[in-house]
Amino acid sequence: MSHTSTVDTTEIERIAAGIRRRVLEHTLTNNGGYMSQACSAAELLGCLYGGMVDLAPLPAPLIPPAFPGTPGPNGINRRSGADFHGPTSPSADRLVSSPAHYALVIYAALIETGRLDENALDDFNRDGGTVEMIGAEHSPGFETTTGSLAQAISQAGGIALARRLKNETGRTWVFMSDGEFQEGQTWEALNAASFYKLSKLRVIVDVNGGQCDGPMDTVMGIEPLAERIAAFGWNVHSVDGHSIEAILEAGADENDKPTMILCYTDPVRGLPILEERRPVLHYLRFTGEEEQARYQAALEEMSR
Amino acid sequence: MSYDIVARPHQQNFIDWAADKPEVLVLSADLTNSCEVGKWRDTYPERFFSMGMAEQNMLGYAAGLAREGFEPWLHTFAVFLYRRPLDQLQMSVAYPSLKVRLIAFLPGIMTPGGVTHQAIEDIAIMRAIPNMTVLEVGDATEAQSVLDVAHAIDGPVYVRMLRGEVSRIFPESEPFQLNTARILSTGEDLTLITSGIMTEEALRAVPMMQERGLSITHLHISTLKPFDDPRVISAIARARHGVITMENHITVGGLGSAVAELMAEHAVGVPLRRIGVRDTYAHGASQKYLMAELGLDARSLVETAESLVGRSLGINDDELTQVRTVNVHSSAKAEGL
Repeated sequence: MSHTSTVDTTEIERIAAGIRRRVLEHTLTNNGGYMSQACSAAELLGCLYGGMVDLAPLPAPLIPPAFPGTPGPNGINRRSGADFHGPTSPSADRLVSSPAHYALVIYAALIETGRLDENALDDFNRDGGTVEMIGAEHSPGFETTTGSLAQAISQAGGIALARRLKNETGRTWVFMSDGEFQEGQTWEALNAASFYKLSKLRVIVDVNGGQCDGPMDTVMGIEPLAERIAAFGWNVHSVDGHSIEAILEAGADENDKPTMILCYTDPVRGLPILEERRPVLHYLRFTGEEEQARYQAALEEMSR
Repeated sequence: MSYDIVARPHQQNFIDWAADKPEVLVLSADLTNSCEVGKWRDTYPERFFSMGMAEQNMLGYAAGLAREGFEPWLHTFAVFLYRRPLDQLQMSVAYPSLKVRLIAFLPGIMTPGGVTHQAIEDIAIMRAIPNMTVLEVGDATEAQSVLDVAHAIDGPVYVRMLRGEVSRIFPESEPFQLNTARILSTGEDLTLITSGIMTEEALRAVPMMQERGLSITHLHISTLKPFDDPRVISAIARARHGVITMENHITVGGLGSAVAELMAEHAVGVPLRRIGVRDTYAHGASQKYLMAELGLDARSLVETAESLVGRSLGINDDELTQVRTVNVHSSAKAEGL
């Protein structure tokens, strides 16, 4: 069964460009944002939301609801963020995003693919809303609460195992960041998915080499990642994370092992001015009006 | 006082109970026989998942399975359910209020396995976790009937469980009832509130104390959260000389603290004495030895009661009912832990 028949690479290019533009626009408006994550993950998220993952379409973009209250015994909806992924079905894919600080980028991807209202970023980090800065399971596009990193892959493993018990054919995807491979839980989860041969579990990683403190190879190195993950019994692809064709090709690979797609990315891709900020790229806040004006010019260039 | 001893109360009972509940799964972290689910695994191999010594991941798998409509029952020692994987327990399971059952063996100081295996502060931590229901069984009847109680709760449940050779103190016809204290005796001098294995320990001394003229209201508590059963505050309000709590747990955050909170909120002005582990870790030794060393035994109860009523009860050690000692090498346990 092919899961990629409807994918249009030109459309994914448009989505990727839209993600960078929207996140930059938002960062300029708010004097702050997770910009390098948009630059590194734009093509990757473009592929995920542009058809590589079989999510049911929505008839119209959804307006983000007000915060519904925390889940609890009163029956509050536990996964309203997943509403933006369309209704679930045994054959549809599921997409669990792990790095919750990519929320702004994920919201932009949802807007570009007609799943989230185009004015939703006006609600970003607004009190009483769901378009939170660090997404939780009530936030658009989030199925779990994973701001404490590396917890999604285990939960997705449980979801994939449950779906196999129910004879469902859909795949369970996890979007991860490379920093999460510093957490021990990730390796526990890799081991378990391999042990239980969760062939429908697919993890795609934005390997942008950066984390809060700076370049990962100065904070705590994780390479050689592909060899390490393969040694845990996974089917591993290492690809250029800005090559839509390469991501789609890896994403279409069927294997009896769980599949890992390591997307090696450039955190300043599409926004060369960000190069000046190396090595600390985790969060962009402008140093003053002069810098902001130059980013404004970059946005105008991007929008042309 | 002597009771029937039930060997492995959970083992066959859980198998029979789960027969018509296909959604019930067991996740285990390399302590399968030690938690009396080895036979369960052999009976329902398609519903049993060995997760290895990887508890953080196990909590995540439980969350994923629960999100998809299954009801995972995690079986391991208490310490490995909340100490190592506390963040996973909170963010993956408790926040989304998933129907995950944490069956926590070796509560308190019940094991010679030492400090690494002794869950002395679990109730304090579990009570502080939103959405969590906290239960503790005190005998074989409760170990068996807690299954229905936990199953019915729409959210995560932590159960301090007993295994091996377990006394049957309460009749099988009187099963575990959520948030309902068992009233074991009534009286006006003292109110005694006990939980878990401390109830059996207290019952060694209570009849003697009553013979010496003390009238005692004795409640057995098996639900630590929620903790708003009106029987508790009405028993407290009746106490002339004071209230004594007894728990197999540190005195911070457990039963004694819950009672103190209740007394303060209801402005009940009588002394409260909390018997429990006093701001210390324990070490590897028998349950009987540790209970005496840490002041958790019947002798401590008598002394505490004497201090509250202001007179000696004249109870000698040999008058206290013979302590029931569980053999460390009992055939009802998988190993000496």
